[in-house]
Amino acid sequence: MARTEAPSLRRHIEDATSERFFWDRDARACFTYLAGGTSLGGRLGELAGRSVLLATAGQLAAALALIELDGVARRITVLPPDADPAHFGALIAGAEIDAVVVDRGSPAHAVFDLPVRVACAPAIGAFERKPAPALQTEWVLLTSGTTDVPKMAVHTLAGLTTAFAATQPGGDVIWGTFYDIRRYGGLQIFLRTVLGGASLVLSSAGEPVGAHLERLARHGVTHVLGTPTHWRRALMSPAIQKISPRYVRLSGEIADQAVLDSLRSAFPQAMVSHAYASTEAGVAFAVNDGLAGFPASFVEEVRSGVEMKVEDDSLRIRSPGAASRYIGGAATLAGKDGFVDTDDMVEMRGDRYIFTGRRGGIINIGGLKVHPEEIEAVINRHPRVRMSLVRPRKNPVTGSVVIADVVLKSGAEPAATPAEVKDDILKLCRDALPVYKVPAAISIVPEIDVAATGKLVRRHV
Amino acid sequence: MSVKLTIVDQMEKIAREHGKILAPLRDDLVLLDSGLDSLGFAVLVARLEDRLGVDPFTASEDAMFPVTFGDFVKVYENGAH
Repeated sequence: MARTEAPSLRRHIEDATSERFFWDRDARACFTYLAGGTSLGGRLGELAGRSVLLATAGQLAAALALIELDGVARRITVLPPDADPAHFGALIAGAEIDAVVVDRGSPAHAVFDLPVRVACAPAIGAFERKPAPALQTEWVLLTSGTTDVPKMAVHTLAGLTTAFAATQPGGDVIWGTFYDIRRYGGLQIFLRTVLGGASLVLSSAGEPVGAHLERLARHGVTHVLGTPTHWRRALMSPAIQKISPRYVRLSGEIADQAVLDSLRSAFPQAMVSHAYASTEAGVAFAVNDGLAGFPASFVEEVRSGVEMKVEDDSLRIRSPGAASRYIGGAATLAGKDGFVDTDDMVEMRGDRYIFTGRRGGIINIGGLKVHPEEIEAVINRHPRVRMSLVRPRKNPVTGSVVIADVVLKSGAEPAATPAEVKDDILKLCRDALPVYKVPAAISIVPEIDVAATGKLVRRHV
Repeated sequence: MSVKLTIVDQMEKIAREHGKILAPLRDDLVLLDSGLDSLGFAVLVARLEDRLGVDPFTASEDAMFPVTFGDFVKVYENGAH
């Protein structure tokens, strides 16, 4: 087993000079107490050198367990809250898991009958650790976005935190996020919190957006992160006015100009930044100029060790923050040249690259290819539109056409009828897009499905 | 609005939106000569599905796309019942 001089996660709190917290909806935990305490009932020793599945239901318990496990377990596989139980067996076999950390809400599942089963509570008891050499723990994160068994991407703590050195904020920082910390985007915030001596307000599954925003406000969040979809939903809540972060960040989906402008006007005092990261490629870059897309110059420079290129219209990334490999299976993570193909498609417009959509999300309209995201970006520019979803509909003439579901902004109802708003949106599309990309039909809907990842749910024909 | 009038209304609207000139819509008009291209018909079928609640072509595996305007209207009149 590899030994390393790189400090474990727990090392970062041993020198903490003040108390730092995780808060969820129901409880708080002063995680700096873990320097001399345990959330695992003092059973950490039983997990030493093992391949551990982190299967707590709660994020607070997961956060505490991660701090204890890093440097002790051989491997930690982080189970996201929406993982399909049908995949548990394959994941456990693939990652050679021989121990599980659970809490009271963990799914009851036969495959969790592993040689070691340790309960984690969102509370910290006193515990004296026996000194032991730190392992370089493998962190295994699951990819999202397919209904197949997720791929298991292997990271190290050093790789996961490689983007922090240059960009860790100073001052008293309270992070807040709409993400779950058990996926890449949320895990970044968790790690920034622990390494940066900050505190973190966790999301809670099923919590209404308004209640979540009020909780963020109560704890005085300074830095708030979510997907563009998370933010569009937050902007629909009057409670958005209660938070006044100095840093607002979007990632995980394409940040179009409309959502960037909305956040700019909602938080005039804040830096609005959109970032590109993926479970496989790691964090590639952040864009702070308030404009959609990213400067084309990014692909010519090596920035913080991250190299980018565009090939076959998709963005490729080579980075010290990338996962090293997938566990099991034949799929290779990076090409021979070490670049990870993100399958995110870009197009040069002027001196910027604009994201146009996912390679697998292309809709074929009589042989012409359309990315739903580029149409949504146009629809979202309409002043009455809060969010939209463009999807294919089967068609006897062209195979598919695109149709759009649109959620309108709440608040004072202007005089326009829904039919007039629809016509107005169609006119905007006709002015901005070639005719085959104009939605054949528009429906005004009360809401649009959002996945547990905070991304729009996209179904294919 | 009758099924036929709905179809006429939508064809005129789509022709305007796509910048096409629509031929007079007589029952024996061959659809290929109507002025709408295939994208226009694709949009027409999608819009009629929203207005009439049926896409008779996708609903039935072997429905043939009709040749004349009159036949097109009949497919919808039958499908809508």
